[in-house]
Amino acid sequence: MSVGEVAGVVADVLAAVCVGLGILLALVAALGVLRLPDVLTRLHAAAKPQALGIVLVAVGVGLALRTPVVLGVVVLVVVLQLVTAPVAAHMVGRAAYRTGKVDRDLLLVDELSRLRGPEEPEGGLPDGCVVVDEPDGDAGRPGRGADRG
Amino acid sequence: MTVGGVAVLVAGAALLVAALCVLVRAVVGPTVLDRVVALDALVVVLVAAFGLEAVARRDATLLPILVVLALVGFVGSVSVARFAAKDSR
Repeated sequence: MSVGEVAGVVADVLAAVCVGLGILLALVAALGVLRLPDVLTRLHAAAKPQALGIVLVAVGVGLALRTPVVLGVVVLVVVLQLVTAPVAAHMVGRAAYRTGKVDRDLLLVDELSRLRGPEEPEGGLPDGCVVVDEPDGDAGRPGRGADRG
Repeated sequence: MTVGGVAVLVAGAALLVAALCVLVRAVVGPTVLDRVVALDALVVVLVAAFGLEAVARRDATLLPILVVLALVGFVGSVSVARFAAKDSR
């Protein structure tokens, strides 16, 4: 067995391990999406394999096929995913908050809230929080305000 | 059956379970954003399935589909999130 053949076998085994781990991550994420209680937690579960799972599968494909064309496609997929997945998750989270689909009781910290009236935590505001006076009574609620977008 | 064949079968079964879980969430909802999150996860499962297929058969024919899936999933979830309304189900 030559050095090249040994390297090929090692690459194949590594490819199988990488693809297997990526598939395991996808399975865990699917269970999380099914079981977790609200949009933000499901988003949290679904966003992990969008980065790491796809990177693992792509590395596995690149290791198994080992041609320049495949490597180019794989790098393209990874770059696209790493750029777009956080943006998509961020936009879904913002939309969930602004359309009132976030259960406030499940939140530990709500950094998007204006911290006024009944929403102000007991014992005063944490360091760095500022109370914003809103002339419009609706402006502090999610889903309203001029900065939507 | 070889070890590799068994491994491919097990991985395929895991992907099937994952796709079913995600589909249940996409059907049950309850809000449109839950469905978007579920369909994003389904895209990940599909990418993993195409990757598994490419590795198992040593065949790069279907790899461009991975690029398409990555882009379409992004555009879909962003546009739905952009136009999600307060009472949208």
